[in-house]
Formats: sequence, C-alpha cells, structure tokens
Amino acid sequence: MGFGEFLQGAGRQVVTGGKAYKAWVAVLVAMIGIGLVGYSRQWNQGLLATNMRDQVTWAFYIGNFTFLVGVAAAAVLLVVPAYVYHWKPIKEVVVLGELLAISALIMCMMFILVDMGRPDRLTHIMPGPGSPNWPQSMLSWDAMVLNIYLILNLVVVVHILYRAYRGRDYAKAFVVPLVLFSIPAAVGIHTVTAFLYAGMAARPYWNAGILAPKFIASAFCSGPAVMIILFQILRKTTAIEIKDEAIWKVAELMAYAMFFNLFLLGAEIFKEYYSHTEHLLYTQYLWQGIGNNRALVPYAWFSLTCSVAAFLIFVVKKTRMNWKTLNLGCVLIFSGVYIEKGMGLVIPGMTPDTLGEIYEYRPSAVEWMVAIGVFGLGALVFTTLVNVAVPIMMGTLRAKGAPVEIPGAGH
Amino acid sequence: MSDRNRLPVIQDETAGCGADSPSRRDFLRTAAAGAVIAAVSGCKPDAVVEELQRRHLTELSPARLQEMLGKLEKKWSAQYGKAVTVGARPPMPGVNFGYGLDLSRCIGCRRCVYACVKENNQSRKNPQIQWIRVLQMDKEHGVALNHATPYYDPEKVPEPGHFYMPVQCQQCRHPPCTKVCPVKATWKDPDGIVVIDYDWCIGCRCCTAACPYGARKFNWAEPNLPAAEMNPVTDYLGNRPRPMGVVEKCTFCLQRSRSGRYPACVEICPVGARKFGNLLDPESEIRQVMERKRVFIFKEELATEPQFYYFYAT
Repeated sequence: MGFGEFLQGAGRQVVTGGKAYKAWVAVLVAMIGIGLVGYSRQWNQGLLATNMRDQVTWAFYIGNFTFLVGVAAAAVLLVVPAYVYHWKPIKEVVVLGELLAISALIMCMMFILVDMGRPDRLTHIMPGPGSPNWPQSMLSWDAMVLNIYLILNLVVVVHILYRAYRGRDYAKAFVVPLVLFSIPAAVGIHTVTAFLYAGMAARPYWNAGILAPKFIASAFCSGPAVMIILFQILRKTTAIEIKDEAIWKVAELMAYAMFFNLFLLGAEIFKEYYSHTEHLLYTQYLWQGIGNNRALVPYAWFSLTCSVAAFLIFVVKKTRMNWKTLNLGCVLIFSGVYIEKGMGLVIPGMTPDTLGEIYEYRPSAVEWMVAIGVFGLGALVFTTLVNVAVPIMMGTLRAKGAPVEIPGAGH
Repeated sequence: MSDRNRLPVIQDETAGCGADSPSRRDFLRTAAAGAVIAAVSGCKPDAVVEELQRRHLTELSPARLQEMLGKLEKKWSAQYGKAVTVGARPPMPGVNFGYGLDLSRCIGCRRCVYACVKENNQSRKNPQIQWIRVLQMDKEHGVALNHATPYYDPEKVPEPGHFYMPVQCQQCRHPPCTKVCPVKATWKDPDGIVVIDYDWCIGCRCCTAACPYGARKFNWAEPNLPAAEMNPVTDYLGNRPRPMGVVEKCTFCLQRSRSGRYPACVEICPVGARKFGNLLDPESEIRQVMERKRVFIFKEELATEPQFYYFYAT
C-alpha cells in the first residue's frame, strides 16, 4: 500500500459524485470536444484559421494566457491574508488555492501551445534538447518560471493530500518553506509575464514601467473572485468550515487592489491624453476608437463600468457583507479584469501596427472554439481535483485502516 | 557577435566535428519518442525522428550540415521538378552590409516588392507574403506613420502630393527581434544580416511583436509557391522554401549578396533609388552616399541602429 494505491483511490474518487457533479463534468467534456474540433481545423489550415494576421500577431489566445497567469498567481497569494488573519482553515485555503493555480497554469500552457505556429517544435525551448535563449528572452524565462511554479504547487498539494489520505499530518519542515517560496514565485510569474510585454520598445502601449504593478494589482482582483465563489459552494456542499469573516476580508482586500488598479489606469490615461504624443493613438483606439475602427470601445467601457461597480460593492461594508451583492461583485470584477487584462491589453498594443496600419481584430469562430475547449479542460481539471481533495481533507476519503482524525493536525 | 551564433563554415572540416554525434542511447530514446509521436499524429516516423534529433544549427558539424542540405535539395528538386540547390553561404570576412534608400527618387512603383517575392520564394497567395512594404505618405506631413498607407492603387505613380517610403528589415545593430526569440532561432551574422533558421523557429511570434518596422512576416498557412515560379538557387538561411507556421523576412538577398551580387530589389529599381554595399569599404556605393549626402535612420529614438539608411539625394 503506497503511492499507487493513493492514485487508485483518487482515481475512483474522480468518477464518484452526485448527479450535479456528473452533469457538470459532461458539460466540460462537451466544451473540450468543441475545442478539439476547432483545433483540428486550425491544425490543418494553420493559424490562418484565426483572425490574427501580421498586423495583430498576438490576440485572443495570448490575452487569455495573460489573464490566467494572474489567476494562477493570485490564488496562492491568498495564503498571505489567510496566515496574517489567522483563518481557521488555512490548510484548506492553501490546498484550494494551489489547485486553482494548477488548473490556471494548465490553461496558460494550453493557450501558449495553441498559439504556436510549430507546436511540434516545443522541445526547442527546453534546456537539453533545445536552446532556450537565456537570459535575454522573456518568453524563455516565462516558460521556466511557469513550469517551476506548476511543479511547486503540484508537489505541495500531492504531499499534503497523500499524507492526509494515509491519516498522517503533512511534513511541516517540507511544506512550510515551499509554501513560503511559492508566494514570491507567484509574484514572479506575473512579473515576468508583464516584462514580456513591457520590454518591447516597438509597442509604446506596453512599453511602460507601470505594467508589472498593474498586473499584480488586477490579479489580486480576479483570482480571489474565483476563490470567494468556490468557498461558498464548498461550504454548502461539503463539511468544510469557512468563516464569513474570512470571505468578507478577502472582498475588502479586493476593493483595495481594485482601487490601486484603477489608480494606475487613471495615471496612464492622464499621461497619454495630457502629453498627447504619437503614442496616444493606442489608448485612443481602446477608449474612443480611431475613425470607424471602434471594435474595442464598447468592451473597454463595459470593463471599466464593471471594475468601478465592483470596487464600490466591495468597499461599502453593507454590500460587501450581503451575499447577493458580494457575488455580483465577484462576477463584475472577474469580467472587468478579464477584458482589461486580455483583449484590452493585447489588441491596443498592436493597433495601429508598427507602420501605422489599423487592422481591426475580432476572434474567429475557430479561436472561440479553441478557447472554449481550453477553459473546459481547465475547469475539468479543477473540478476533479477539488472533488478528490475535499473528501480527503474532510477525512471521508482514507486509505484502508488509516485514521480519520489526523494526529496533531491542530492549526 | 560570438562564434556560437555563426553558421558553421562548410569547408572547415576541423571546426565542431563530432559535436553532434549522438550516443546510441540518445538515439534510441529519441527514436522511441519519435515512434510514439508518429503513431499519434499520423506523420512518417522517419521525419519525426529526424525532427527530434535535430540540434541547433550552430551545434551541427559541417559534415552533418552538408548532409542536411543534401536532403533538402533532393526533397525540393523532386517537389518542384527542377534542380534546386541549397547553399549555406557563410558571411564574407571584412564585409558589413549597408543599404541606402533615396526617398527623393522612389516613385512607389513597387517593382522592388515583386522582384523580392520572385527572388525569395515567398508565398504567392492565401496569404500573399511580401518582405517590402511601400508606404505612401503625404508631402505636407513628411515621414509620419499616422498619415501613411501601403494600400494605394492609382493608374500612375507617383501621385501628386505624395512621396513613398519602402520599409523592409533594417538589419539593426541592436535587433529587438533576436533578443526576444525564446529558442535562438534568429541571430545577427557578422556581415550585419539578421537571419532566421526556419527549421528551428517555433512560431511564437515574439519577434514579430518586437520588431518596430513590421519587417517580420509569419506563414499563417502552408506557403503557396507554384513550381514554375520557384527560384531554384537558394540558401538555407535565405530564400529556400519555408514551412507553415514560421517567421520570415528580408535577408538582403544573402543568397546573392554573399556571392558578391546585388539584392534583387536594388537590381530592379527603375530609378536607382536603392544603394547597397560594404560599410567597411570607403569606396563602396553606400559609403559614398553617406559621405556626400545626409542619411537618417528610421525610428532612431528606439536605438536599434539600423544598417539601412534613408536619404534625400536631391
């Protein structure tokens, strides 16, 4: 009886669940199917099946990637307030945060993979068979830190769950340093991803020092939004105890993060409009459009409205502590940041292009299908992981003969 | 540029020999992985094993490189029905190429664009790839990108009130594109030419995003190169046929220039607006232009320091 048995037990748990669970999994599998259909079309036709062209050479896929790096980073950063405010289920917060991070990272890597012209040459970026361009290329750094972060989270989660499955507490000397390391690593993955953009002098819209702090601020909004909704679902459907105060505290922190994010946005907009240089064009394309080219304008204002409304909801105590408005706020903040960090970041960076041409990009049907598939896969990974992790943490899923109560597992 | 980033010189048998002779174990492991991938993707196992065994160009021994070029020649000769040669011309010692473009002479006829397409085996349609982009600009605004368009189509050029600015790879001394490449698939050779190994590029398009001149073009689909129009005199880093999903760009026609010939665009220009030569030779055409006229570089504020100079001769 060892690790193999643990994997078997986990495997059995993956397919164990009520009707709602199975229906949800079926929906996700269908989404993955849509993605596969889309990707097979792209595989045959090349990236011509997308609406990306030489003028707008990165778009929907890379936007989703960027947004999800933020989700992956922020999920783990929740460990900080959990620790500082002495929440009772700190171990659960760590495990759930890391599961979300793992799922988000898998989606990140899938979005990079589907964006590549030659996914068959993936080995070229690996040390050993390939030739990673360190230290110059930010993308080779990004590939490295994302993989390290993924492995880090996997190791911690698997260790905690495996030990619990065997009725033993996790090894503190092993887990605590790794969790502490994962906090700067979370900031690191998002900073490197910001540098990928900020380092490009050819794209004035990205080439700003403010980009990395803005990435971190907006990540602190989108990642916890998912966690708040998840905490509430788990409280209802399982025996996990998460205090109201903990959730409200997260919402309050999100309000501060959103304030900072909006402040940075305002600072950027002031600089662009007041100095009114040739660089204003990109900001103008996002917020006002250039001539008849206004594809992004409604989304930009929708995103800003969502973000401001969510900020107000989270900053006012009464609405923060009302479950209906709180959840509305989570949806608003998630949508606001999704547009801002995805299409709102990538597309104006490339419109107009470096020779002044305006190509109005909108995702093609294939891009939508592939993205639906990737989100389906990520959600499926997350759902099944949570479905395995929760009963182990609650003591209902144990190896044969292992004690339900973990000795010495006080927090 | 360091030696590492140079194409191996074929004549020199001593350099780097055996550097890529893989051990038997390595080979077996790659072969096994190749078989699995081949089974899954439905590709030919040989091709997949070869792809996986490939090492970075600078790690290839001259013998191995020669063998690889031979295979490509055979493949393309059969595919296009003519004797295709694939060279790997090394940069010439003592040469650093410079290009001059006379904005006062250019009439915007785009003959350079099409001569380039023909010489360099670009995809002809779906999508059409062009390495030179001629921008029509307004005389009243001067060189201003927000008043420029590549889509002009009058009966006759030049049109009154306009002037023309062709843009292609500027062969920067500090190329932002090579810096961002995650796999070292693109680098600057000692003769100034920024080259791409199309068989190493992973198609991430970081370089296209980083290039301030829109010079890098991506093969969004399988390139469409009719056999009858295929130029059979090619170079591995230059105009040889490219696969789908990789980036390409102007190389100053290195298959010509490294053999002492003019790039196709220089040769075709009907008004003599294009000048080319060795920056290290004071008697060269480009140095004469720099001596007698006043040259400027495009987007000098980005400190890319192009080896491509614009000037007004009259």
